[in-house]
Amino acid sequence: MKADTNEQALLKGLVLNDSKAIDTLYKDNFPMVQAYILQNNGSYDDARDIFQEAIIALYEKAQDDSFVLTCQIKTYLYSICRRLWLKRLQQLGRFANNIDNLEETVPVEEDLEIHEKRNAEFAIMDRALNSLGEPCKGLLEGYYLKKMGMMELADEFGYTNADNAKNQKYKCLMRLKKLFFSQYNIGD
Amino acid sequence: MDDILLLEAIERYLGGEMDAAERTYFESLRKSTPEIDQMVVEHNMFLHQMDIYALHRNLRNSLQESHTRLLERGEVYEGGELTTKGKVIQLWNKYKRVTAIAASVGGVIALVISGLAIYFSPVVNGNQIEQLSKAIEVIKKNQQYQGNLINEVKSKIPENARLISGGSGFLIDSKGFIITNAHVLKGSGAVVVNSKGQEFNATITHIDQLRDLAILKITDEEYQPLNSLPYGIKKGNTDLGEEIFTLGYPRNDIVYGEGYLSARTGYNSDSLTYQVQISANPGNSGGPVFNHNGEVIGILSTRQAQADGVAFAVKSKNIYQMVDELRKTDTSIEKIRIPSHTSLKGVERKKQITRLEDCVFYVKAFTK
Repeated sequence: MKADTNEQALLKGLVLNDSKAIDTLYKDNFPMVQAYILQNNGSYDDARDIFQEAIIALYEKAQDDSFVLTCQIKTYLYSICRRLWLKRLQQLGRFANNIDNLEETVPVEEDLEIHEKRNAEFAIMDRALNSLGEPCKGLLEGYYLKKMGMMELADEFGYTNADNAKNQKYKCLMRLKKLFFSQYNIGD
Repeated sequence: MDDILLLEAIERYLGGEMDAAERTYFESLRKSTPEIDQMVVEHNMFLHQMDIYALHRNLRNSLQESHTRLLERGEVYEGGELTTKGKVIQLWNKYKRVTAIAASVGGVIALVISGLAIYFSPVVNGNQIEQLSKAIEVIKKNQQYQGNLINEVKSKIPENARLISGGSGFLIDSKGFIITNAHVLKGSGAVVVNSKGQEFNATITHIDQLRDLAILKITDEEYQPLNSLPYGIKKGNTDLGEEIFTLGYPRNDIVYGEGYLSARTGYNSDSLTYQVQISANPGNSGGPVFNHNGEVIGILSTRQAQADGVAFAVKSKNIYQMVDELRKTDTSIEKIRIPSHTSLKGVERKKQITRLEDCVFYVKAFTK
């Protein structure tokens, strides 16, 4: 039972973006995933990408308070990585040697579908934000992502008062929303 | 300005920053004005997306940080890149200019040389057929040869000789008789190199321009004759579709290739040769073509320039005919016993190759 509570604590740490928990998750699971991907036609960079994706997928699941992990974190991450990598190989038209380390796997298809949708949304927002240009990007990031106050932002960006900054932020937000929703709706 | 205020109100409403009175007022406003209601829903969704985006972005950063941290501590391994990276980058930054200049000078020289080589190379059959010897690379070879002089003091090519061409060859008698193409031996002498890189002196015993075949004899004391050859030389014809393979030296290392017999005659219905479908490159000339039993069925000699993978091989029975003719006049040829029996039947391909490798040589021709 101790192992179980330990794993739950790790997941909690992951949700809170605690660097210690992330380091532990990384250290305990990465080598296995890396070995799998290297054996199956992948590079060190591929291994890193795939593993980090899997952690993000785990994070998405763990965010839900009602979530209870029905298997070990190791098994879950390995299953996700395996599916992700086989899929990537298929897209690249490369063959998998299908070397499995005889590790246990669990079905993760549904989770991956949700994860892919999230990933697509992330990409849309990322593109939209990056195509805004400065100072819009910085202003919106400051307000919505870093949760800075209007006064603080006005100071940082050199507006004479908070109202002017607010005005500018409004214009930027309208642009961002337009960019985001034009892509988002197509995506649907 | 109204829009800004409205948005601010929506954000305060969604963020739960309104007091009770304001909240009820705003909610009644939502009910009475569908436009505002829709804006609230839309903005809520958007803010939600922004939040997810922020969380994900932070997580991605943390993961990347964690990765670098563990890599530095050596708790995660990535092929030891990090330890040398600094040095390599430093060196690169330092010599970037020099490298760029050297590379462009090298590029220009290579272009000039290949231009010259193309200009001076003989036109055979209107360029439709290419011989697979490496004569085209004369100048390059010489450069390499001069480099070799410094590195390998023991090279057996005479000091004042110039390398003319290169190709492949194989033993037809374990005493050291090697068959290759006549067009490979453009110079006055030759050395042969085995698959392990050992060089042996050889003399040109006979050149048959008509059949495009030649016989070399290894005259080196260091050469230790094999007891017997693992393969036989086939006397008869080979059927269409026969699966074949070849060993040769398009580069300094021995290279294996696979294909099939695609026609009973060669270029322009030449009955001395077969057409084979195999990847053949300059340097494959003179290399043996084996069938799946490990019997020699031909000698790879030319390829069609415009067609991919189309090559031609001199039929193996020509070796018998040539040797028989020579026996009448040349006493040294008398000693040649061409093997007709193969001991590689039914043997796995990899094992066949390990036994064949020792009998296939890199032929380097030179002039003094």
